[in-house]
Amino acid sequence: MIFAIFIPLLFALFVPLLSKLKERIHTGIFVLFIPLSIFLYFIRFIGKDFVPIKQTYQWIPSLGINLDFYLDGLSLLFILLISGIGTLVVAYSIYYLDRTERLGHFYVYLLMFMSAMLGVVSFDNIFAIYTFWELTSISSFLLIGYWHFKERSRYGAQKSMLITIFGGLSMFGGFILLSVIAGTTSIRELILHADIILNSNYLPLALILILLGAFTKSAQFPFHIWLPDAMEAPTPVSAYLHSATMVKAGIYLVARLSPIFSSYEWFFIIVSTFGIVTLCWGSYMAVRQTDLKAILAFSTISQLGMIMAMLGFGTKVAIFAAVFHILNHATFKGSLFMVAGVIDVQTGTRDIRKLGGLFTFLPITATLALFGTFSMAGIPLPFLNGFYSKEMFFDSTLQLTQSGNGIAQFMVQIIPYLAVIGSIFTFVYSMYFFFGVFGGKKHTMKLAKSPVEAPIGMLIPPMILVLGVIGIGLFPNAFNGTFLAHAAEAINPLSSAGHIKFWHGLNTPFIMSLIVVGVGFVLFKTKNVWKKIYDILPGRFSFNKVYDQIIKNIDIVSTKITNKYMNGSLGTYISLIIGAIVVVTGFVMIQTGGFTISFDNLAEITIIELTVAVLIVIAAIATIFSNSNLAALLITGVVGYGVSVLFLIYRAPDLALTQLVIETVSVVLFLLAFLHLPKMRKRSEKPPVKLKNIIISVGFGALMTLVGISAHSSNWFEPISDYFLDTALPIGGGKNVVNVILVDMRGLDTLFEITVLGIAALAVFTLIKLRKDKEEAD
Amino acid sequence: MEIIISILAGIIFAVAVYNLLQKQMIRIIIGTVLISHAAHLFILTMGKLKRGQPPILSEGVTSYTDPLPQALILTSIVISFGLTSLMLVLAYRTAQENKTDNMEQLRGKPNE
Repeated sequence: MIFAIFIPLLFALFVPLLSKLKERIHTGIFVLFIPLSIFLYFIRFIGKDFVPIKQTYQWIPSLGINLDFYLDGLSLLFILLISGIGTLVVAYSIYYLDRTERLGHFYVYLLMFMSAMLGVVSFDNIFAIYTFWELTSISSFLLIGYWHFKERSRYGAQKSMLITIFGGLSMFGGFILLSVIAGTTSIRELILHADIILNSNYLPLALILILLGAFTKSAQFPFHIWLPDAMEAPTPVSAYLHSATMVKAGIYLVARLSPIFSSYEWFFIIVSTFGIVTLCWGSYMAVRQTDLKAILAFSTISQLGMIMAMLGFGTKVAIFAAVFHILNHATFKGSLFMVAGVIDVQTGTRDIRKLGGLFTFLPITATLALFGTFSMAGIPLPFLNGFYSKEMFFDSTLQLTQSGNGIAQFMVQIIPYLAVIGSIFTFVYSMYFFFGVFGGKKHTMKLAKSPVEAPIGMLIPPMILVLGVIGIGLFPNAFNGTFLAHAAEAINPLSSAGHIKFWHGLNTPFIMSLIVVGVGFVLFKTKNVWKKIYDILPGRFSFNKVYDQIIKNIDIVSTKITNKYMNGSLGTYISLIIGAIVVVTGFVMIQTGGFTISFDNLAEITIIELTVAVLIVIAAIATIFSNSNLAALLITGVVGYGVSVLFLIYRAPDLALTQLVIETVSVVLFLLAFLHLPKMRKRSEKPPVKLKNIIISVGFGALMTLVGISAHSSNWFEPISDYFLDTALPIGGGKNVVNVILVDMRGLDTLFEITVLGIAALAVFTLIKLRKDKEEAD
Repeated sequence: MEIIISILAGIIFAVAVYNLLQKQMIRIIIGTVLISHAAHLFILTMGKLKRGQPPILSEGVTSYTDPLPQALILTSIVISFGLTSLMLVLAYRTAQENKTDNMEQLRGKPNE
């Protein structure tokens, strides 16, 4: 059973081979059998006596990450939606996509998405869910950017990628928090340990992070902006991903985790608020759109907001209504997207201003659209499923009783009004969609093609979905006890809807529905009068502009910052490096009391050493002020020879010897180089730069002095040199201990030091000898 | 005396860093030479100064100076000599190719 999830992914491997045959057989025909067989496999689980099924497959057991397949009512609902609508979408795409398209790519992405989505809804392990969650983001990115030669497609793909991955990562953070708090990675065990999570201090953080993931994926306000831009995808993709499946992943996640959080008051406040606001804003904005798919995109946003709000309510009625509406929305919205695609293909445009009066030209399409839009509007007719769930939605808003803090109580007061307002606009855009395309006068001269009815194969998939709309509408109870009730019980064990009835009597929800239809009708008829309101709200403001500004500014600011410190000047880099060393080391020394000074155990001070030291200091400082090559060379030499004298005084004959020789050779080298180097110039720094340089260098010198004194003043353990002194003769066979160390005890150092010299010599030779320009001249 | 040598090393470090911050390549090289001198003095000081005879074993001597820092410094002197000579040649070639020894003018090409 668990392998059902991977079948699309495995089949995707063979699609490239099959797509070679596309001139003879459309690749989609092969693909069609995959979702169909999954659908048929899972449909047999529908039934009154369904019990959850569990299967485990070990993946990373050491981290507690396993592929725990868990099939309960909610998973079953989503699996059937994914595979069922997947089948129809593949069938539709066979007619929609021409054989000249890159079909192999399309079906590989689509199958990848199918596997990912099946994985999200059927695994019990949060990290497995996260893995598949990101796979849906990636495959959705690929599908939105399918026509990658279009600039808008790339923009939409990037935008959806950035927003959903942002949400996905924060959700990952929330999952990690949950698993750390409760000590388990299984959702069912998390639900068992809900009390630990609810008492944790990290509860708000975990909740917000997870909800961020759910809200971005399900296009909740204000993260909804990616969905309208994702409409650049081919229409089958829009129908599948952006109406029926992927955008419901966030809904699924909230539903899945609501047994943990539902008793937490802020869960109700946050989820309901975002849901209701999304419902109102989405439906309000949908009326403004002129592109058919954009209307449907905002409509999807608004309907998702409604489902999210119901999940937030968490009452028995609300949960059942949410589950019911997930099913209903998938049927009518899928069919509407397919209808929009048909109109696009048959007329050559999706702009509603150019369309009109198509009823006589596309009668079948128009009939399908009629059922879809009227169901979406929630018109009270017994064969439209949208009405039932909307009625339950109104019912659930009225049944809210939240005690507790003021915000929750205030929300309980206003939610029914907002729900009615959102539904009124839903009615308006549904009518606008239907009558804008099919009603009114025909102005076919504006169209690129003369419209004729689509081939029947293209109409069958939306027809099946519309049959679903009608079927659920006429026999809602056929789906209730066997199917929907199990899904609702998975979210809230207490929720069972009882009997779904069309006629409840003249109660408040029905009156609300009548208000929606009445006011909606008036608003639709007077649309041209009040349309100006969109110039005031949102006016010129839009969340897209905010997003674009953020993206642009991230670019500008990071460029500015980088150019500020990566300015190509060596002086700046050295200042930064030395400055950082001084500040960090100094800070640590002060913080930890690292500075110690002790005057015992010091060597005595003699005049001769002092004289040499003073001489070195004078010579060193003079290097700064000398402006002639020769003088600079000589005083640098003085420092070197002074150091060798100090070596001599401090009983280091080998050092003194080496230093003397090397200093002499260095002086010769310097002389040679100076012959060719430009003359030394006067230092020409501006006073502020000079001050900065002085501060940095004096700071570094002072720090090193302090480190030296502190290191000398703290004696942690005896040096190991006695060993060298004792064993130099018996083991090393030499009396000069320094030389024995160099060649015997630590001979490896010497080996590589010789290598360093050799490489330096080679490098010098190459630098002088090899000239690319000279070779080219030859 | 160790404290005085620490201060001496600190002064050389300061002068060296100041030279490193200059624009002319010669001054930067002088800075690196000075920094290695300071480091050598530093290592020598850490091993305690003058606690006996030079570390060459001979009859009747019981106290020697610490031989280990000396071995380390010897290695370091040779390596810094190798680097200095390489840098000098590099500076010479750079000045020859680019007709300048001002580090502020040697910035490479954009997007390089």
